[in-house]
Amino acid sequence: MGLLDGKKLLVTGVLTDSSIAFHVARLAQSEGAEVVLTSFGRQMRLTQAIAKRLPEPAPVVELDATSSEDLEALADRVREHTGHLDGVVHSIGFAPQSVMGGNFLAGEWPDVATAVQVSAFSLKALTVAAQPLMVRGSAVVGLTFDARYAWPVYDWMGVAKAAFESTARYLARDLGPEGIRVNLVSAGPVRTTAAKSIPGFEAMEGGWPERAPLGWDVRDPEPTARAVAALLSDWFPATTGEIVHVDGGFHAMGL
Amino acid sequence: MAYSEQEILTGLAEIVSEETGLPTDSVSPEKSFTDDLDIDSLSMMTIVTLAEEKFSVRIPDDEVKNLTTVGDAVSYINGAQG
Repeated sequence: MGLLDGKKLLVTGVLTDSSIAFHVARLAQSEGAEVVLTSFGRQMRLTQAIAKRLPEPAPVVELDATSSEDLEALADRVREHTGHLDGVVHSIGFAPQSVMGGNFLAGEWPDVATAVQVSAFSLKALTVAAQPLMVRGSAVVGLTFDARYAWPVYDWMGVAKAAFESTARYLARDLGPEGIRVNLVSAGPVRTTAAKSIPGFEAMEGGWPERAPLGWDVRDPEPTARAVAALLSDWFPATTGEIVHVDGGFHAMGL
Repeated sequence: MAYSEQEILTGLAEIVSEETGLPTDSVSPEKSFTDDLDIDSLSMMTIVTLAEEKFSVRIPDDEVKNLTTVGDAVSYINGAQG
């Protein structure tokens, strides 16, 4: 008996087999879930190739989370593969290089706006687009990087994550009456393709493995994926608007 | 079944051509992926992943940055065949 037996899940953000979302999809399938992936544009061919590396090859539907046309079509596209959804995984983020990597003070609004739209507003957009398929007891889970603090090089992506975390709380407020939970996993740094695209990402890893009481392996996405799977499951039935830290305990330490 | 270097080059050229729209005969061993073929990081990841599937090999991320030319990739895939 798997943790996610019979669950139908929509998982965004699978780009390579180092993506956190790939490991979420893999674990979810091995725990009994059926998974539909999303990708878009030039990334589609890569996601389709990587989807074949899952325990069960997963279908991939087109979704650019900033495209109103794609968002409107999402429910119908997913319906070709499943009649309803028990969970949605948000693993979408982007900021132009001009607003990361130590360029905080030079950040211009159009690029900041892109970061906020793709990385924060997309949680609302994706959730509302998927809502027609979501049943009572279903869950939305997203991935954040602790936005209470200013980090090296993260810059406007960090501001976008603060908006993302707030968006999750408002979604939890408005979807609670529908029986839909909205929670986030705040992971420590993991060396994914997305992470490597942050100029100077190593600066964000600095001291993490040493300061985290449980230690932290930047090469291991498994603990993060497990927490996402747990929040998708029926084992957090009264938890919403929450941020679960999966960071080896780093967030709880003063020094 | 191991592929010959020529078969790897032909197969890789097809993958590169599908991704970039360049003609297959422009994908020759001395060409640099970035400087000559104008392939960006997303296209390179796609090409590497499709090549891994086609030739049943694994090309670790740390190796990809060493694959400057098409010939480098052909040699690596040839050596990585089980």
